[in-house]
Amino acid sequence: MSVVYEKSKGLTDVKLHYCPGCAHGIVHKLLAECLEEMSETENAIACVPVGCAVMANKYFNFDAIQCAHGRAPATATGIKRVDPSKIVITYQGDGDLASIGTCEIVHAAARGEKITTIFINNGIYGMTGGQMAPTTLPGMKATTAKHGRDVKVQGNPIRVSEMLATLDGPVYIERVSVTTPGQVAQAKKAIMKALKVQKEGLGFGFVEVVSSCPTNWGLTAVKAMEYVKEKMIPYYPLGVFKDLTGEGK
Amino acid sequence: MAKGKVTIDENYCKGCELCVSVCPKKVLKLSETRINEAGYNPAEVVNDDCIACTSCARMCPDSAITVEKID
Repeated sequence: MSVVYEKSKGLTDVKLHYCPGCAHGIVHKLLAECLEEMSETENAIACVPVGCAVMANKYFNFDAIQCAHGRAPATATGIKRVDPSKIVITYQGDGDLASIGTCEIVHAAARGEKITTIFINNGIYGMTGGQMAPTTLPGMKATTAKHGRDVKVQGNPIRVSEMLATLDGPVYIERVSVTTPGQVAQAKKAIMKALKVQKEGLGFGFVEVVSSCPTNWGLTAVKAMEYVKEKMIPYYPLGVFKDLTGEGK
Repeated sequence: MAKGKVTIDENYCKGCELCVSVCPKKVLKLSETRINEAGYNPAEVVNDDCIACTSCARMCPDSAITVEKID
């Protein structure tokens, strides 16, 4: 008998507080697996957000700092500039990155900071109870959009990957999802590449993960993954939006 | 085809059923008779058709699943 899959050593034994089926857990372990495979767990510093992932520092078996709401890229900028030998990651949700932290992420990307950002986009504010986020789909219900988001009143969602790809600063931008084991494998590849972009000193790497929120969407975990496939991905298409590494896809 | 063995750390399982939904051999099912310490019905192995594809473990948000390959 040989073990072909086990829990990453990049994670602690603390039980995750996330709701059943929340994709945060999947992305946490992908990040942990990538750092473990790169032998960088001792050298990594994660900047964790305000939002559901606010306590991610308890789950990562590497150093982490809880940042002010949306300001993880600013904190990461400081850490990386003080000690460029560290692998500095920001892990942010859509309320954190695409709303209150829009300024920080846009300017960190524009400056081409040599950090890696993992952006979890599930189209809703999870921790605070399902309010509308900047990424909520048109027509999608939220506690602050009872009849579904009306773009005439509440404006249009932001496609962050496409927006950042127009800047000259970023080196690598990809949008992935985690609805199937195949997509999980692709997401891991993308995170690994974004981390290598940083390790090789090339610049800013950004991976957006189209994710789910079973609790606030009012769906089971399995149905929420189907919703991602049917509704979220058509609006937030997967793929590489920028790649200056010369490796192509 | 390879044979495999799935082990579930029951007290980490939240019964989300993602593992059940992706298993190509229908090896897993949520228990209807047991609950874990957090009150969830944990996933359990119901047959020995596992092919060690690791799909269940890769999808598990709570890293509750270990997969072994029987050589």
